Amino acid sequence: MALQFKTCGIVAVTALTALAVLTGGASAEAVKPGDVKITDGQLAKSLTGKAGDPVAGKKTFVGRKLGNCLACHVNKDTSKQQFHGEVGPALDGAASRYEPAALRAIIVNSKQVFGEQTLMPGFYREAGLNRVNKKFKGKTILSAQQVEDVLAYVLTLKK
Amino acid sequence: MSKRIKVLGFGLTALAMCGLSYSAVVAEPNNNQLMIDGKKITTNVKAPKGSPFEKLYSGWRFRSAETQKLQSDDFENPGFPLVDLGTELWQKVDGSAGKSCASCHNDASKSMKGVRATMPKMHKEIGKVQSLQQHVNYCRTERMGAKAWKWESNQMLGMAAYVGLQSRGMPVNVKIDGPAKAAHDKGKKLYYTRVGQLDMSCAGCHEENFGKMIRADHLSQGQINGFPTYRFKWQKMGSVHRRFKGCMKNIRAKPYKVGSDEFVALELYVASRGKGLSVESPAVRN
Repeated sequence: MALQFKTCGIVAVTALTALAVLTGGASAEAVKPGDVKITDGQLAKSLTGKAGDPVAGKKTFVGRKLGNCLACHVNKDTSKQQFHGEVGPALDGAASRYEPAALRAIIVNSKQVFGEQTLMPGFYREAGLNRVNKKFKGKTILSAQQVEDVLAYVLTLKK
Repeated sequence: MSKRIKVLGFGLTALAMCGLSYSAVVAEPNNNQLMIDGKKITTNVKAPKGSPFEKLYSGWRFRSAETQKLQSDDFENPGFPLVDLGTELWQKVDGSAGKSCASCHNDASKSMKGVRATMPKMHKEIGKVQSLQQHVNYCRTERMGAKAWKWESNQMLGMAAYVGLQSRGMPVNVKIDGPAKAAHDKGKKLYYTRVGQLDMSCAGCHEENFGKMIRADHLSQGQINGFPTYRFKWQKMGSVHRRFKGCMKNIRAKPYKVGSDEFVALELYVASRGKGLSVESPAVRN
């Protein structure tokens, strides 16, 4: 039994190391949600130091269990997807209206950009929330890299 | 779908013409009228003083013509099999006292008329505001010597729908002053408190954004005059507390329990926001 446990542990550690290597160690270097500093509605520094991938970002953008950005925003570029919400502004041309640093701040925690009244959730925030379902407690909606990917995608939405 | 694209197109054109922000273009609830058995059901009424709304709209106004039609005919309304169960249970003797509901309350069409319109309300013996289900269970355990029914059981849903039906067409008129004030205020606080990983309150969607689409859903004012309601998503009738739970799960919050003081308080407050709309139990929604 003890041996079995030990083997298990070794396998787990090996697997984790392999995973870290595969993901380029991004999660280890990412800025923690509590350490993110939005100043004057801007967040210039990348959360991961790794360039965002607009193709992966688009998937995260439309994924209902990921960004689900279409729940609230119309976006012509993803018109193949059914049902675009209209609670937020249309995102066509968003990259022409906002600087990258502002868009990053909005995705991370829009309440620090637009104020408390905005309905938009903070996608990389874990503090100051009430009654979070235990499945999601202490977790951010998106990972740091997913935020960078979505940002890279939104930056392609130019007029 | 094609209609939605049209509405969207119109919205974008309006945006271009007036320079309005797109979010200012609201898809109104529709103007259809609900008649059941030749009787008019009020689904739109001027909001009472102090309401955050100008006009109140039943959730019926936000649904498609197909869904609306099902509610206008009791033979098509998929909630009626449970109403039939409730009708049977009203007469059925249960428990150690050898009584049925009818033993004390006789003809439900007379004794229960108007009851649903005032729920939730103060229960004198229990000493707090209670939902219809809790009034029913008090009778069962204390008067009939019968077992309490579970909140979402067919028996409870059927009884709530049957009792609710006796008030159909009557205006919602809950009491929120006197001994009910504390529950009302607690409910109001819950309504405006942001919760969950998505950090949203009831008001964020149902007060500030009703009429708009959130993905495939047309946001209503969150009126509860139709509960218990048959919902296609559930393929079943359900209570308003079940609906509250669903909303809380959607915003990744930890839901309160059905029958909890929190949900009873929220039910009372939300009911008070719909004063003047007709009771529609059992309504049909998607």
